[in-house]
Amino acid sequence: MLPTDPEKRISFTRCIREGDLVIVYERHDCMKAVKVCKSSSLQNRFGVFKHSDWIGKPFGSKVFSNKGGFVYLLAPTPELWTLVLSHRTQILYIADISFVVTYLEIVPGCVVLESGTGSGSLTTSLARAVAPTGHVYTFDFHEQRAASAREDFERTGVSSIVTVDVRDIQGQGFPDEFAGLADSIFLDLPQPWLTIPSAAKMLKQDGVLCSFSPCIEQVQRSCESLLLNFTDIRTFEILLRTYEVRQWKTDCSRGNEGGLVGSLPHKRKQHPIEGSGEPDNQNSSSVMARPSGEARGHTGYLTFARLKCLS
Amino acid sequence: MAQDNLQVDPIQNARVTWEGCSVLLDINDSDRLVFARLTSGSKLKVGNKNCSLQPLIGCPFGSIFQVDNGKEGPYLSRIIPFTEDDIQEKGNIEMSGELKDNRAIVDDNKAQNLTGEDIDEMRRQGATGNEIVEALIANSATFEKKTLFSQEKYKLKKQKKYAPKVLLRRPFSRSICEAYFKKYPARIGFLRVDTLSLLLSMSNVAANSDVLVVDMVGGLLTGAVAERLGGRGYVCNTCFGDSPYPMDIVRIFNFSNEICRRIVRASLTDLSLCQNGTFQQIDQHQNARDMEILSNEQVSSSVSTEDLPLSSENGISELITDATLSPANKICKAPKAGEKASQETLKWWKENGFSSLIIVAPDVDPWNLVKDLLPLLAYSAPFAIYHQYLQPLATCMHNLQLGKIAINLQITEPWLREYQVLPSRTHPCMQMSGCGGYILSGTRIAAS
Ligand SMILES: C[S@@+](CC[C@H](N)C(=O)[O-])C[C@H]1O[C@@H](n2cnc3c(N)ncnc32)[C@H](O)[C@@H]1O
Repeated sequence: MLPTDPEKRISFTRCIREGDLVIVYERHDCMKAVKVCKSSSLQNRFGVFKHSDWIGKPFGSKVFSNKGGFVYLLAPTPELWTLVLSHRTQILYIADISFVVTYLEIVPGCVVLESGTGSGSLTTSLARAVAPTGHVYTFDFHEQRAASAREDFERTGVSSIVTVDVRDIQGQGFPDEFAGLADSIFLDLPQPWLTIPSAAKMLKQDGVLCSFSPCIEQVQRSCESLLLNFTDIRTFEILLRTYEVRQWKTDCSRGNEGGLVGSLPHKRKQHPIEGSGEPDNQNSSSVMARPSGEARGHTGYLTFARLKCLS
Repeated sequence: MAQDNLQVDPIQNARVTWEGCSVLLDINDSDRLVFARLTSGSKLKVGNKNCSLQPLIGCPFGSIFQVDNGKEGPYLSRIIPFTEDDIQEKGNIEMSGELKDNRAIVDDNKAQNLTGEDIDEMRRQGATGNEIVEALIANSATFEKKTLFSQEKYKLKKQKKYAPKVLLRRPFSRSICEAYFKKYPARIGFLRVDTLSLLLSMSNVAANSDVLVVDMVGGLLTGAVAERLGGRGYVCNTCFGDSPYPMDIVRIFNFSNEICRRIVRASLTDLSLCQNGTFQQIDQHQNARDMEILSNEQVSSSVSTEDLPLSSENGISELITDATLSPANKICKAPKAGEKASQETLKWWKENGFSSLIIVAPDVDPWNLVKDLLPLLAYSAPFAIYHQYLQPLATCMHNLQLGKIAINLQITEPWLREYQVLPSRTHPCMQMSGCGGYILSGTRIAAS
């Protein structure tokens, strides 16, 4: 998944090979991760797709089924992976993830501690950010989850950058061997305040911590325990609103009558839509956007804090 | 690209300042934000005093300084933040069931018994800022009557005036974007830090990638990408026409020479000389649109020359560059970023394509840029386009759909809300930014 290996990096000439992980794209809300294997095939509502047809095509190609249906084959990225991974827990999504990476000031070479690993949605983006010289140490007390996460990191090709360990982080804190070595720490735990004293020990001076919690009561308690060793304590909520775009065909003959779905009063001639670059002509139409009907209303609060500089 | 094995970049991730390093100075809880370069000669005006920045050299980022009066005049001295006792006290204020209220307080400016002359005299005798604040409190007729909360507020206000604090911060894309957004949002096209973060994620920027950018926000985008590359891969800053867009903000980051070497420029003409996989045919109005590019460019370049450079005239107030701080004393020359891309590199991009594309061009119709730039992107490579307005992105998305050159198209609008979290006083902050702009993201597909 990461462009660290020039052999695997996407390009005009990089073709799909046996063993590659591809994201099979049907629609933006319907994708699936598949490992390419000559002898297998993929079956979905569009028919049967033979993997052998995919090999040798560039990533980003449209491929057809026995019935003429089609899908696109995309190279995996952490963003696509978040959309296709198997949910073993609640996961973080792109809005929270992207903000966390910037706010934690993660750059290549950083050492990042994370708990819990959960489904590894965030971990994959953390790995991209620290690669190729940094490392993510992620901990979950659930053995099965840790094992599945390890398999996933193997599959997505980030395993050289991520170490998964089984540990009760709330009970035991992070391992002492990381004391003073972490550039940033991320917590997605039910009682993060129990881990904050340990996190303070692990961070380098001026290092940043983030705690993600769905409930405000958790935030309240975390903030109280942060006061001791941290400064610059800030809590955010971030959401994404998506827009639907559609074209309204405006029929000139109907004038201002339009009340039918798909047709709006025709005002196009007088008020060309700015920036559209579309010429005005007989069959003029306008492109319009509106917020999508359903949206995620809340994920969690992100609390950031910086280790106080006392030395 | 061919990769050399580098070590962790020691400059980029440094935790302690050095002579010649670039810093962000946060004065009085972000009342003022100043970018400065630390040299023995550089000075900062705090209140009405000029203080040398020399004492900041060699200190850890995160250190706090206060102006003290010394024999040779005022100087910045490091203070260690509150001890645990202070926190206890602060906690008590916040927890205590308040009994007082402010009914007895009359605002008539007669509450303070110390005059301006008294304070000047104290200063002459070498009183510290904190001592002056204490004296003001002792001589305030109303302080005792105030609620604990307003006492705290009063103290803070006086502290800011008589004992200003300077906090030493790392100039990272996070702090740089926030500082600009707070003080000069127009210079960065109102690009909020969460929006910038999304652009970087959506376009899959990582070490070793080759990122094509249109950066008409003074170099903030270029710098943020270079930060993520960490000296591996390239960020190619492209422009339409011959004059490159300014990228002064890049110099605010502490980039090593290796990172700077990975920031290059190439004009669209350089890049598209032998384009791979064009889709010109979908655009029947090529000529009309080229005209549009020209006029748009004029608009944007006039904006950039007036607004973007951090000129010394503006410098006095808030965001200052090294130029104003140490005109004669440039020990550490600002690293050189933005060389022209080599022929070899251009050729490599033509053969392989870029792995990401990000466009932040607040005054240009995105479609005009995208139709020329998308063909330069490798198949399956993601892109993200920022705009302050929704409509141009909607049209662009529609054109891309018709052109069948990209999938996974989505327009998103980030929404960011900050909270005040205090015992029994948790609520969303009163101020929030109403608009972080819009992003059109998608993935380029192979020509079928
Ligand atoms: C919500 S999930 C994390 C999801 C993750 N951020 C993601 O994006 O995929 C929380 C995880 O914390 C783990 N956990 C809960 N308590 C823990 C503890 N005391 N020590 C370690 N892990 C713990 C759970 O097993 C669970 O997998």
